[in-house]
Amino acid sequence: MKSKGARLILQPAPLLRSGLTTPAAMRDVVYALVPLVIGASWWFGLSALLVLLAATAGAVITEWIFSLGAARGQSLQDLSATLTGMLLGLTLPPGLPLWMAFVGGAASIGLGKLIWGGLGQNPFNPALVGRAFLLGAFPTAMTTWQAPSGPAGFLGIIPSNLALPLQQPTVDALSSATPLGLMKFQNQETPLPDLMLGHTAGCLGETSGLLILLGGVYLALRRSIDWRITVAVLFSASVFSGLLHLFDADNPQPIVALFSGGLLFGAIFMATDPVTSPVTPRGAWIFGIGIGVLAILIRTFGGYPEGIMYAILLMNATTPLIERVTQPRPFGRGRPTL
Amino acid sequence: MRIVHVRGGVRLNGRKRRAERGRITSLPIPAYLNVPLKQHIGAPAEPVVRVGEHVLKGQLLGRPPGPMSAPVHAPTSGRVIAIGAAPAPHPSGLDTPTITVQSDGEEQWIELAPPIDPLALDAAAIEERIADAGVVGLGGAAFPAAVKLRLRTRHPIHTLIVNGAECEPYLTCDDRLMQERAEEIIDGVRIMLRALEQDRSGPSIRALIAIENNKGDALAALKKAASAHPGIATIAVPTRYPMGSEKHLIRAVTGKEVPARALAPEIGVLVHNVGTAFAIHRALRFGKPLISRIVTLSGGAVASPQNFEVLIGTPVSALLRAAGGLRQPPARLLMGGPMMGAMLPHAEVPIVKGTSGILALTSAEIAARPAAPCIRCGTCVAVCPCGLVPVEMVSQIRGGRLEGALRFGLLDCVGCGTCAYSCPSRIPLLQYLNFAKGELTARERTKHKAEEARRLAERRRLRLAQQAEARAATATARPRQQHRHPEGSEATGAPDRTTNPQVAA
Repeated sequence: MKSKGARLILQPAPLLRSGLTTPAAMRDVVYALVPLVIGASWWFGLSALLVLLAATAGAVITEWIFSLGAARGQSLQDLSATLTGMLLGLTLPPGLPLWMAFVGGAASIGLGKLIWGGLGQNPFNPALVGRAFLLGAFPTAMTTWQAPSGPAGFLGIIPSNLALPLQQPTVDALSSATPLGLMKFQNQETPLPDLMLGHTAGCLGETSGLLILLGGVYLALRRSIDWRITVAVLFSASVFSGLLHLFDADNPQPIVALFSGGLLFGAIFMATDPVTSPVTPRGAWIFGIGIGVLAILIRTFGGYPEGIMYAILLMNATTPLIERVTQPRPFGRGRPTL
Repeated sequence: MRIVHVRGGVRLNGRKRRAERGRITSLPIPAYLNVPLKQHIGAPAEPVVRVGEHVLKGQLLGRPPGPMSAPVHAPTSGRVIAIGAAPAPHPSGLDTPTITVQSDGEEQWIELAPPIDPLALDAAAIEERIADAGVVGLGGAAFPAAVKLRLRTRHPIHTLIVNGAECEPYLTCDDRLMQERAEEIIDGVRIMLRALEQDRSGPSIRALIAIENNKGDALAALKKAASAHPGIATIAVPTRYPMGSEKHLIRAVTGKEVPARALAPEIGVLVHNVGTAFAIHRALRFGKPLISRIVTLSGGAVASPQNFEVLIGTPVSALLRAAGGLRQPPARLLMGGPMMGAMLPHAEVPIVKGTSGILALTSAEIAARPAAPCIRCGTCVAVCPCGLVPVEMVSQIRGGRLEGALRFGLLDCVGCGTCAYSCPSRIPLLQYLNFAKGELTARERTKHKAEEARRLAERRRLRLAQQAEARAATATARPRQQHRHPEGSEATGAPDRTTNPQVAA
């Protein structure tokens, strides 16, 4: 009755695993961003691709340099750094000097993620940390917008893209204002079809409402994002902006509020970052509602025309608290134990 | 009947096809059988035979030391060649007290009690016979069946659920049993109902046989067998893991939730596995103890997957050999299903009462990728059928805060592994949760031991003090009467060291 032969390998149950993997989830988001990248190149030409590349390169190179040993190759394979770089790039203005986009990518990964301990440890959305860093460091360049040139000007590079490092670019004549800027400072509304198609000035990825929705529907169907967060952001932003519009017709109608600025992009691609949003279903609702209300609050009463970035970052900070008070009801218990 | 939606859970690829067609087959008698004395929840049985003794098939080998235990019987006739330690069917491969019977190939039964009509017996007699036959829950937990039935005296039971869900992939032993021995299962159910109905007023108990809707043939067979008995009905439940979990099955079938940390009978429901019902039928109708069970042999490495009626104590290696062997070396060998089963370090362990299957899996069938960082995607929260937040519990456990994990409901976890199955980062969540449960149990035991030791030491001190006092009293009663103890020392039991040299020494 002695054990004979080679011992078999032991492994904790369960032996079966679902097909879902982290890199696959990341890949899904990258796929959802592809239409936006194409749209951005259509409206802003080669500049869009260059800014996107610079931001992504900044993120990926930083990830590679600062993850040591065996983690080095692996941490790039999960595609999270690539995704962070792309998300950042799509929130940048097309005329941003490329070196700034690169620095932004580096800040996203360095300050937004690695400094906290790497993937899964960061409290704030890394791409938005990078963007907040750029907005603080280069306020002029980050708020200088170009009117979309359309496919005719595809090969024309916006001159400010090529500004040398540590030099402020000269503001060129083509600069334009975003729909939210027009609304806030000139009280001028942009027609809805332009907002849907992306025929406006703005960040690379935020201009076309249709393309963003396309990506959002794909992600929701693939269950790669928590749809509750997106729905909560859009719902609360609509209700709140609708109320403000009722009190003062100078405030935009909810539909215009939804499709202008980065609200839609933020609701679908930024707020749903799993690492920095609550894991509890009820928490997701509260988190999303908070973002929608804060974003409209900043837009209407704050100094900035757009508030989605700070709204998301602020709600990121509340995620642990929200999770604590929204624990689900365990089976067989009347109410949560916490 | 309406099936209530159960939160969480996952749809698994059943992988039952390969082993669900063939009929249940018997194995040739193996050369020797290793019968562990503990195959059930509760205390191990105590051996009642000696080495060298000849035993008959069905003869008692080990007697339960108390009510929370079960006897074990000789699976075949032969000679007891060893009473000692042999490898347990457990990942550790550690030894467990075992009686080894060398079979004589005669299959000579012990004299069985004359057949009686169990439906004419009273509850106590039915329960006694079930207990004497060593019947335990055959769904895997191996809880003594009679103990469970006796809970009727403490809680009024209104529903008996017979669990034929069989939600683990690969396993088809209950499926085949239901198809081939439906009448016998129904008979077992009727015997259980007979016991439960005693001393009971009001509406009679309903029996529901719950079967996952991927087992159409089994459902049809039991429906047919139950049609003659109005109190017994079959019910199809969704094929969704972990439907076979007692609490979740009750929820699906009755809509009621068993309160956390409570037993099902507290809400009037008793759950028994279909295999247990069959074993009860055999024990009551024929007086035969539980010495065999249906075992699914499957997995990609198995040449011809099938269900076998296997004698308890049969070495896994003998089962593999008799079934035509393996067509390739297995990457993993396990007892039970792939979600909750126990990995085996080698095949020299015995089939026990709780063994539903032996799976020899190839590397293509299993997922063994290394874990990646948690991205807090919340999938584990969405799929947890117990409404828990595995990600939070595991982060507490990893930080060494087991009490924190307790606060997040660690003890409400049924260990189904749905979280670990679904985790996109392949984090072994179930292992962390099981580790924490084991660690807390161990701590609890250490604490209990320390308290027990303290209590015993205190008792000893008291006893010695009393003895000393008694001696002192007899001593003083004789010549001198001056040294009486102060009143208080007797009441508190504390000896007065200054006046009592015997205690001080």
